[in-house]
Amino acid sequence: MMRFLRSAFVIARRDFGATVLSKTFIFFLIGPLFPLLLGGVFGGIGARVATQTVRPTVAIITESKSFTAIATARERLAAATSDDTVIRVIRYDPEPDLAAQQKRLLASRNPPIQAVLTGWYGSFHLSGDIHKGDPTERQLELILRSAEMGMFPGPPVHVQPTKRMSPASLVKDRALTAQLGEMLLFFLTILLSGMLLSQLIEEKSNKIIEVIAAAVPIDALFVGKLFAMLAASVVGILVWLSAGTLVIELVKSGGVQTLPAPAVGWPGFLVLSVLYFAMSYLLLGAAFLTIGAQAATVREVQTMSMPITFGQVLIFGLASTAVGSPNSATAIGAAIFPLSSPMVMLARAAQEPQWWPHVVAIVWQAAWVALILHIGASMFRKTVLKSGPRRRWWSRKSVA
Amino acid sequence: MLQQVSHSVGSNALAVEAVDLVKDFDGTRAVDGVSLAVPPGSIYGLLGPNGAGKTTILRMLIGIIDPSSGNRRVLGRERPLEAAQEVGYLPEERGLYPAMHAREAIAFMGALRGLPIAEGRRRADALLAEHNLGDWAKKPIRTLSKGMAQTVQLLGTIIHKPRLIVLDEPFAGLDAINQGRLEELIRRETRAGVTVLFSTHVIAHAERLCESVAIIAKGKVAFDGRVDDARAKLSSIVRLRTRASDGPWRSAFPAGARREGDEWVFELPAAGPEPLLKALIDGGAGIETLAIERPGLHDAFVAIAGSAAAAAMGQEKAQ
Repeated sequence: MMRFLRSAFVIARRDFGATVLSKTFIFFLIGPLFPLLLGGVFGGIGARVATQTVRPTVAIITESKSFTAIATARERLAAATSDDTVIRVIRYDPEPDLAAQQKRLLASRNPPIQAVLTGWYGSFHLSGDIHKGDPTERQLELILRSAEMGMFPGPPVHVQPTKRMSPASLVKDRALTAQLGEMLLFFLTILLSGMLLSQLIEEKSNKIIEVIAAAVPIDALFVGKLFAMLAASVVGILVWLSAGTLVIELVKSGGVQTLPAPAVGWPGFLVLSVLYFAMSYLLLGAAFLTIGAQAATVREVQTMSMPITFGQVLIFGLASTAVGSPNSATAIGAAIFPLSSPMVMLARAAQEPQWWPHVVAIVWQAAWVALILHIGASMFRKTVLKSGPRRRWWSRKSVA
Repeated sequence: MLQQVSHSVGSNALAVEAVDLVKDFDGTRAVDGVSLAVPPGSIYGLLGPNGAGKTTILRMLIGIIDPSSGNRRVLGRERPLEAAQEVGYLPEERGLYPAMHAREAIAFMGALRGLPIAEGRRRADALLAEHNLGDWAKKPIRTLSKGMAQTVQLLGTIIHKPRLIVLDEPFAGLDAINQGRLEELIRRETRAGVTVLFSTHVIAHAERLCESVAIIAKGKVAFDGRVDDARAKLSSIVRLRTRASDGPWRSAFPAGARREGDEWVFELPAAGPEPLLKALIDGGAGIETLAIERPGLHDAFVAIAGSAAAAAMGQEKAQ
């Protein structure tokens, strides 16, 4: 066993080094960062533009003292709604010719002013491009009422936080976490495990497969390649996560903290996310390695890619049926089916607090990884390593 | 269980042993009941034309493929991969990772056979320097010439100091100088107690290097034994020229003697040349020249494997 592991490690070390230290790995790393970066940049610009576009400005002609209460009320409203669409208010000192001042302000383009407020408590007058019941008018009314009450503050509201949400909202929110976790797992796996389809092409085209096959068991070759690519993928994920977190922090405060907490808690969920990503990668990767090992050329690998991607989407579809009803027959069936099992179980972690199903699932999935690898290695030995006419798995004929 | 192979060397002492190996590929029998016995510390050749089954036999012996039936034992182990750390293998189709540096390629091949990577690098540097490739140690394989790359692969084959070296057509693609170096390397390893098993379709290499050979023809072993024993299957040829052209002494020649120009050519009689020479001298024939030619491995190969196989090998050699 030690020799087997050592052999797999030698293969993995070579493959990991050859992958991570190659120039093309830079492109692998920065490839997904482009949409992330562009999304962040344009998202930020869009948000700013949207804020400027949506948030109207109201000019308030009043004394400084009166305006302080209004501005404070406006800030309270913006904080309470966590929304930057609350109208902007700008104070202007009253001028002798109030009508002319109003007209000039409404014609202003910098800033563009939607309406002008004049008057005092009990007799405010709002003029401009506005009508009764307009959101600007409503918000302004709330602000003014709040400002008025602010002069006579009411009793403070005592807050007593409770840990449990209502059952209905809890289930709904955790289903959202489950769905997001499942989708993330699916996209990471589909993006990364496809590389394994072509993993043995290099050895076969360079003829070094003979040297390796004579020195180490084919199973060790498969295991080494699989874990090397898993490690390379983890490097990629760490880079992307770091960049993603940075972008999220730059664009929006809150980020993942705003997601509903999963049933097993965030630390447990993150640990299970790592484990299930590894299992999902190993399961699909082992299957891809097995199928790809039968291919002799890059063209054959490319031909295989489309149906395999389609198969992955079907598996994701199967896993998605489990979200929201983790104990249904469909969900349990999808959890038992090895290729969808990691996604379903991650979704379950978001919705159900028990740990023992995860232990069982991980052992089950690991057993399937070993089984698929063993089948793949056997097929490779039988169909590729032999001399003479090749028999491909899709054109196998029985030999009497 | 492995059966005892009929051979002068005891089974326990054999470096490689095969009994009735059979390999079928999609209904075609590539190897048909091959039995071999390779003594330790010897240079053993598998001789035969391309397509005879040599590579398939080697692949089965070192465990790349399993036989359809039959058994094999390598360095005392029935599962060849269990002996992998003590075996070095150079395949017929050479292959290295093009982007790998020469020293890394050698160290990697050693690591595959259980040699720690740091020790592999150290030995690789020494071996590359010894073979005048020290300047190329940190260059990618793709920048090396074909001959250099072959040398790198050969060094990778011996980096872990194996007890058994298996070489599949090792001389193919090498120029005369590198062939000589390889022969010297093989002899040097054997002097250190290493067993060398190699396949070739060039009779001259087997004749120069091997103590024992197995002649393979159409997947079967046509002969297995010492090179001298193969030669001994044929009688020596006597070429004799007399001074007189005719006379009653002619009746002294053995049956089957023929004239080739001025020479008489016949197989050396079992009693040796002396009785014939005495009869010729007494009969007044006079002896002008006498040559006794010991048969070479090529002659033995023709006699054993047939002239068609020999012709095929001749064509391959010419190519």
